[in-house]
Parts: sequence; C-alpha cells; structure tokens
Amino acid sequence: MKMTGAEIFIECLKREGVTHVFGYPGGVILNIFDLLYDNKDIQLILTRHEQGAVHAADGYARSTGKPGVVLVTSGPGATNTITGIATASMDSIPLVVFSGQVPTMLIGNDAFQEADIVGISRPCTKYNYLAKDVKDLSRIVREAFHVATTGRPGPVLIDLPKDVTASKAEFIWPEIDIRSYNPTYEGNKWMITQAAHLIAKSKKAVIIAGGGVILSGGSGELRDLVEITDIPVTMTLMGLGSFPGSHGLSLGMPGMHGTYYANKAIQESDLLIAVGMRFDDRVTGKLDAFAPHAKIIHIDIDPTSIRKNVRVDVPIVGDVKRVLTVLNKVLKEDIKEQWEEVRKAWLRQIDAWKKERPMTYTYSEDVIKPQYVIEKIYELTRGDAIISTEVGQNQMWAAQFYKFDKPRMWLTSGGLGTMGYGFPAAIGAQLAHPNKLVIDIAGDGSIQMNIQELATAVINKLPVKVAILNNRYLGMVRQWQELFYNERYSYTHLEVVPDFVKIAEAYGAVGLRATKPGEVEPVLKEAFKIKKTVFMDFVVYWKEKVYPMVPAGAPIDHMLFEEKEQKTEKKLKAVK
Amino acid sequence: MRHTISLLVENKFGVLSRIAGLFSGRGYNIESLSVGETIDPQISTMTIVTSGDDQIIEQINKQLNKLIDVIKVIDMTELAHVEREMVLIKVAPKQENKAEVLRLAEIFRGRIVDSSQHTYTVEITGDEKKIEAIIELLKPMGIKEFMRTGKIAIAREGTKKG
Ligand SMILES: Cc1ncc(C[n+]2csc(CCOP(=O)(O)OP(=O)(O)O)c2C)c(N)n1
Ligand SMILES: [Mg+2]
Repeated sequence: MKMTGAEIFIECLKREGVTHVFGYPGGVILNIFDLLYDNKDIQLILTRHEQGAVHAADGYARSTGKPGVVLVTSGPGATNTITGIATASMDSIPLVVFSGQVPTMLIGNDAFQEADIVGISRPCTKYNYLAKDVKDLSRIVREAFHVATTGRPGPVLIDLPKDVTASKAEFIWPEIDIRSYNPTYEGNKWMITQAAHLIAKSKKAVIIAGGGVILSGGSGELRDLVEITDIPVTMTLMGLGSFPGSHGLSLGMPGMHGTYYANKAIQESDLLIAVGMRFDDRVTGKLDAFAPHAKIIHIDIDPTSIRKNVRVDVPIVGDVKRVLTVLNKVLKEDIKEQWEEVRKAWLRQIDAWKKERPMTYTYSEDVIKPQYVIEKIYELTRGDAIISTEVGQNQMWAAQFYKFDKPRMWLTSGGLGTMGYGFPAAIGAQLAHPNKLVIDIAGDGSIQMNIQELATAVINKLPVKVAILNNRYLGMVRQWQELFYNERYSYTHLEVVPDFVKIAEAYGAVGLRATKPGEVEPVLKEAFKIKKTVFMDFVVYWKEKVYPMVPAGAPIDHMLFEEKEQKTEKKLKAVK
Repeated sequence: MRHTISLLVENKFGVLSRIAGLFSGRGYNIESLSVGETIDPQISTMTIVTSGDDQIIEQINKQLNKLIDVIKVIDMTELAHVEREMVLIKVAPKQENKAEVLRLAEIFRGRIVDSSQHTYTVEITGDEKKIEAIIELLKPMGIKEFMRTGKIAIAREGTKKG
C-alpha cells in the first residue's frame, strides 16, 4: 500500500516502539503534526522551546535507556535544538531528532526558514541524514534508531523536506546493513587475561567507573568485579549511580570537585581500572601528574577514547557489560587470589584518608547552606528519587552530597555543562516515570534558561519538583572570580532574581520558599506531598563555595579545602 | 611525523565535509587531500597527507574509522606503497632560458601541455621529492604559477602491514 512520507514516519515510530515525542510545530512539518492530531499511539509533548524539547527527550532517554525522540520545524526550530543535541552528544545519549526542511526544490535557495541543519549539526551528531526521497525514508529512520542506540550511543538527526512528507511510496521495513558501522562489543580475550593478571598483581588498585557502565547496563557486573576483588570504586560525574554510592568501597567522585580520598587513591594507586570513562580533564587535572605510579587498564566501546589523553597499558575495546562478564569469570576461575589479604593494607590506607578529610561542610544556624538542602533531600527521599541538575555549584553539591545507589537516577549535563538542562530533563524523566519523585536541583541562574517549561510541566500534570539553590549569583563563576580573580565579580551578580514563588504561581504551579535552615525540611516535606509541579526557592548563603577544589590544570591531589578559608576569616576578624 | 592515509568511503554527499570537519574540529592538519571514484561507483577513495606525533596519528586513524561513512582506513606509511603526485607548472622564461626549461622537462620525463608566446606549461608526475626538485629548478626560470594535485597512494601487491 502506498503511504505518504508523513504516514511512513508515523508507522516507523510505531515499529520502533516510540510512545512519546517531544516537539514544537511549524510550517514545513505540518504534514506530520496533522497526523499526530488524532494518533492514539504517539503522544506529542509540546514544550515551550525546542531546546527544552531536546533536553526533555534526553532526560527521558537517560532515565529509561530508550532513545528520546524530537520533532521540530525547519530554520529556527532546527537551530534551537543544537544545544540540546550537543549536550546529548557529549554524554553519549541516544536521541533521534527529526527536523522539518523546506521542499527539496528550494534547498540551497535561502528559502524562508531554511537552515542547513545537516551541516550545522554534523559535528554534534553521531550521524545525520537529509531524507531526499520518500522511498528511502523508512530505511533512514530504521538506521537512525539503530545508530543512535548501538555502539557508543549518541544523537542522530533526520532532516525531512516538506515535499518528502507529502509524496507517496510503498511502505517497506528493510533489514539494515551499514557495512561501515560495526561497533566492537566483545573484548579481546587475551587483553582481558592480561588485565586479570595485572589486577592479581596489584596491591593498590582503584576502579574509575564512568557513564559507559550505565549505558551498557553493566552495573551488576561492576559490582561483581568489586565484590570479587575488593577494589574501591570512584565514579565520575557521568558514572554516579553505576556503583552504589553508599557502599563501603565507594570513594565518591574523583577530580576537580571530587573527594580527597578518591583523588588520593588515584594518585597513590599502582593500578587504575578505567571502565566506560574517557579521562576528561575535569577528572585528570594536570595530565602528566595524573596517577604517576599506576598501570592503566582501559575498557571502553569507543576506541578513540583509549589513549586519547592518558597512556594505557591494557586497552580493551568492547561493551563494558560483556567485557566485565568475561573478566569476572577469569578472575574467579583462573586466578583465585586471597583478595582480602591482598587489599587489607590498601583499604586501611583509604579508610584513613576518609577519616582525615571526609566530604563535609560547615553547618550554619543562621543561613541555609546549600549542601544542607541536598543532604535533606537525600535523607527525605532515602536516595530513591530521580535527580536532575542544572550546571554550576548546584550540580557539584548534588553530585557530592546525594548518594546514588542505582543507575539511571541521575541526570546531569556532564560533558557540555549546559545550564538550562535540568528542568526539561526532569520533565522528560517524569513522563517516563509518572510515579517516581523527580527533582531538579537548580541554580537561580540556570533555571532561568528554560523556565518557560513550567507551562509544559503544568499542562501535562507532571509533579516535577525544582529545588532552586538561590544564591543570587552565577555562583560557580563567582567562585572562580573569588579564588582566582581577586574577588572581581565581573557580571556574575544577578542583581534582580525574579520571585520564583510568584513565577511558579503565574504558570499554575506551586511556589514555596525557605529562608532559614529550620524551614528547609518543612518546605521539602510539603513539596513532596503535593502532586503538582513545585518550585522551591531556597535562599542560600551566597558566599558558599564548592570544596574540595582542584584549580584547573593542577594535579588532582593539589586540593583547596574549606578550612583554610575559615582560618583566614578568623584571622581577619581577629585583626579587626 | 608525516603520514599518508588512504580511505575507502561511501560515495555520498556530505562525506567530504565529515572528513574535513573531523580534521578542522580536532585541530589536525591536512597537508593534501585528493578524492576519486573507485571501480565500485558507490565507493570513493581519498588520500590524505597529514602529520603529527604517534598519539595524534593513532587518534586520526581511529577517529576516521569511527566515522560512519568510512569503510576502511589504511595508513600507507606502515606499508610498502607507491606514491604519486602531479604538478602543472606555468613558466615564463626569458628567451635565453627557454631551451633550459624544455631540457629540464625532458630530464624529469615531463611534458609540455601548453605553450604561448611567453609561457610553457609543464606537466610532471612523480613522488614528492621529484615534484619539489623540479619546482626548485624551474624557480629561477620564472614560475608564474603551479597547481599540485595532492598525493595519491596505492599499496604494493603482496606486502603486509608492519
Ligand atoms: C549555557 C551556559 N552558559 C554559561 C555557562 C557557564 N557557567 C557555568 S556555571 C555558571 C553559573 C550558574 O549559575 P547558577 O545557575 O545560579 O548556579 P550556581 O553556580 O549559582 O549554583 C555559568 C554561567 C554554562 N555552563 N552554560
Ligand atoms: Mg546561583
């Protein structure tokens, strides 16, 4: 039977199991929107900005493991998706983004609302397509879903000219065969054996787990590895939740705002086992001072991640879950170490570091410390909430003080660091998990970047909670200015922060505020009870900084701590 | 170090820009690039000359392999191979040098492919050294302009990697 391009599009989505599409209409995409009007299988979530649509699809994808789907119009609709696509690309999140395009005969003519979105999105997509002929459409859609979700996942864009959605073709659902795309899933057996031997020989090993563990569904295998070998684990920002944060062998996060003990352990280790991570500069600090005594085993599905930044002794290209399965088997059956004996001294050392400098902050009776808000959220949710974040101090405090025990409960823009990500991402996650508590931990700056999505949340009756850590500053940037730019606060004071309670109310959501530490818990409790979208405005101490901190470009054991500052403040007071 | 990398790619629109974009986006340099069809019209071949330390070259090879439209990446530098480049040189010699230009062209097994009252256009094929040499020799004769094709390379039959 002949179908129009728009009908083929709908049929393809159905076959791919798509139930939710995030989008925004416009002229050239109307053929598809017209069909969505009375379609029962696919719900379109109308956001209030295309960037919001992409982040929402991304939050949907991160929290479910399924690809997020976006549908927008040409020109400005398409260009508005770029920040969202780049965000997903940096964090390897599977998305399929459909953009309308002017009719094929007008392409290249600077037609109304024409943008070369295939060209513009090329560097931030895993792959992209211009569907020029309706006959190719179903194959392209099928390929796009395949490419987005396999290997190292990522966003794929399909540009749909208006005439292609109108013209007709026979529907086919071809098997896909991309001869030049064959991700490696099975790790090299010999390399895995080498890795097992290194693990057996090492006295001071550390595992660094990244987002790849979550993407491959390898958390269980990671836990097995830890339980067999008694090796402590540090999780990168993207890897939080890949291993239980409350486990005795968890070291928390490494790197710039990582824990003292994670960074110490890495620097002193004789073996690093890097699993599904890519040695980002926020993790390694000064590269040639990174883990100076360690041999490195690196497991990743993307060969380009291996030996990009650090030397590697045992490279293993493959899917984390499958590689760890084999590695665990080798360790259990062939090696049979007395692991506990081997690790005793090392774990004792790590415990000493944990005691020496635990992850803490100074509580205050007078002002709300932002870390206190996060602690309370953790306590009240017992760790069983989906947490998204914006970017800045709010993000780092959430990463430091909330313990993630399960994967896919933590949604944060790691690679690109996109302010405005958290709220729409929470909306996408809430749609996928209607009965879960979903909380965006936000900054007063970031929340204003996609605050219009309040409408989306309210209209779709999504009880997303937003906890704004309101410090009246672009806090993280202000922190750098305070520490490294002589307290010259150039354009980081927000001066007028809107009344977030009133904004929430204006959109039909609920607004709550806490200005004193004693109000934090009641506000949170009330918010969690309300089955509506809630903004919580926590007026926090503006000068609070994220510690520990490794200055950019320094070795990761050169950390700044809060106490120094307290001492100098005391000294200053004494002088006065 | 200098590497000559040969690629087999899907003959689709946008492929060249994906490859060029990879180099520009990651700050790798392209010294020369040439593209042509293969026996299979759906596949094109590209020869890229680039340079960098071992780590960069390893990354370039891996990044190229990762591009979905790239079917095969061969680092020719690791193989016994034949390299060729062609140059067209337009010379405007003084009257007394005209014979010398013709003589040089002949020594280099070149051909005169165009001549006018004041100029000769010489076509030379060879490896890089030969091309550089003829350019050096013709310079004092008054080169007006030249055009180089960029390198193409092909592996010698029966050679193994390494
Ligand atoms: C879109 C975007 N623009 C700029 C930045 C740079 N930046 C990083 S953190 C930050 C401040 C964020 O302020 P806020 O949301 O109030 O968070 P806080 O650090 O105060 O918790 C800025 C401007 C960014 N990450 N993203
Ligand atoms: Mg702020």
